[in-house]
Amino acid sequence: MTSMTKHMTRRSVTNVVMLTLTGACAFLTVAVMFYILGYLAWHGGRALSWNFFTKLPAAVNVAGGGMANAIVGSAKLLLLACCIGVPVGILAGIYLSEFAGQTLGSVVRFMVDLLNGVPSIVIGIFAYTVIVLPMHTFSTLAGGFALGIMMIPISVRSTEEYLRAVPSSLREASLALGAARWVTIVRIVIPAAFRGILTGVMLALARVAGETAPLLFTAFGNSYWSTGWTRATASLPVMIYTYAISPYDDWHRQAWAAGLVLLALVLVVNIVTRMALARKMPLSR
Amino acid sequence: MNTTDLAAPSGNGFAGAWRRVSRVGLGDAVAHGITLLAGTGIFVLVGVLFTELWVNSRLARDRFGWKFLVTSVWDPISQHFGALPFLYGTLVTSLLALVIAIPLGLGTAVFLVELVPVWMSDWLAFIIDLLAAVPSVVYGLLGIFILVPIIRSTVEPFLQSTLGFLPIFQGPAYGVGFLAAGVILGIMVVPFIVSVSREVLLAVPQEQREAALSLGATQWEAASQVVVPYARSGILGSIFLALARALGETMAVTMVIGNDPRIHASLFAPGYSIAAVIANEFTEATSTLYIHALIELGLILFGLTFVLNALARLLILATVRRGMVRP
Repeated sequence: MTSMTKHMTRRSVTNVVMLTLTGACAFLTVAVMFYILGYLAWHGGRALSWNFFTKLPAAVNVAGGGMANAIVGSAKLLLLACCIGVPVGILAGIYLSEFAGQTLGSVVRFMVDLLNGVPSIVIGIFAYTVIVLPMHTFSTLAGGFALGIMMIPISVRSTEEYLRAVPSSLREASLALGAARWVTIVRIVIPAAFRGILTGVMLALARVAGETAPLLFTAFGNSYWSTGWTRATASLPVMIYTYAISPYDDWHRQAWAAGLVLLALVLVVNIVTRMALARKMPLSR
Repeated sequence: MNTTDLAAPSGNGFAGAWRRVSRVGLGDAVAHGITLLAGTGIFVLVGVLFTELWVNSRLARDRFGWKFLVTSVWDPISQHFGALPFLYGTLVTSLLALVIAIPLGLGTAVFLVELVPVWMSDWLAFIIDLLAAVPSVVYGLLGIFILVPIIRSTVEPFLQSTLGFLPIFQGPAYGVGFLAAGVILGIMVVPFIVSVSREVLLAVPQEQREAALSLGATQWEAASQVVVPYARSGILGSIFLALARALGETMAVTMVIGNDPRIHASLFAPGYSIAAVIANEFTEATSTLYIHALIELGLILFGLTFVLNALARLLILATVRRGMVRP
């Protein structure tokens, strides 16, 4: 009898210990997020000033430099990325949700997942061989192309997901009224899923906004303004990298500031879009 | 009736053909065509990507052949290139990342699914998902200025004094090196393990838990002996996914691994990874052979992650499907 009780006690002690450990794991993981946030806010906040947004990078040991050119550079790169990634992503998403059959659909879906898993540095090599090599110059174009490719898989999957969430009764009602399929898609299905598609695109944008590796040898870098689309350009992520590995304290402070700006941008987009999604699209319950 | 409707006008030349097309819907055909183009375009894109890597690495492939994979010399001056130090660095740091991320991620996922109410689980999972959204260069920044000093001053001396008899914990404490890269990678891939594992654990039918509990199992026994094994292939999938992420991760590793193309047994020593050497040396490569060797490294990375991702997707798919099917 006592051995039985001992056995039971051991089991319930194991139970409590192990469950507490899983709780500790969860606490640790969540704490890392807050630690990152807090640390960047503290270090970046101290280094952030108005100059950061309005001035060009200053020479070493000259105070008051900023990253205005990198901010504009990043904006141009993201604009270009949207021009490439969004149309392809949304169209392919529509195909998967509305037209694709079983076989071809799952093959394309599989390919999209694999493209999503291709390391960003490899995408950078690809953009280098197809754009930088023929043009003989680093350019905004090449960087935007690389980021655009990276946007495709995320926008495809989210577009497909939210189109699928539109109830089929809506489609059937429209078809029953005599509307063609494409009219149904354009006038009924897409508007119903519009918010979801938009948030998917925003999330894709937030992801590529922080990408550094594919820009290293496509957009390269630049200490001045980059005009047009066919010249090397500075971007926030690459600036963080170059400044962080430099030996100058002043540049390290700038890197923290840029890190804070980038992180804030990415997190705000993520939080806002996911909040919007949590309330769901009006039509799908 | 439908057949005759469609077939009848086809004999009447252009007007008939037009009527037929507009009946099945020209607009529909065009819409189908355009979206199909985008869908297959992705297929083509992956194909072209592979071809570009293949073609632009030909000099290195012709020159070194398969020996590229097992040569440990990387000497741009004498134009001799081997991938072994980078393969080693990539594998060591990725495995180290898994050693950290698997218990942490799995523990977190079990906690989120088995122990907390749904609303809280959703919130915590949301915060953990945000970890995956933090740009890797920001991880690198934190790695250089926070993690590396801590590892140099505290972690490495501690490991050396307690486990120093193992060859992997010997040598001077540099701070930068395999250990730092592995730790930061581990933190970076935890969210992938958590979110996918949580999903597959949620897909385990409730009856499985109830059956175990009704037989007198404790909550931990039900989770560890019934629920987790039920979802094991999906969890394995999440681990593959995390591994693929870790293998290809560039910036954070580049910033803390120390950039030394030599093979060291000690985790404290500086090393190099495939992605890091591409990031560091691509713009400095002076000869075509040098560039081609770097692109061949990219090709290896592409192949590795491609296979791992494919395996991961299949495993996850299999588990989620199984969970949905009611026995």
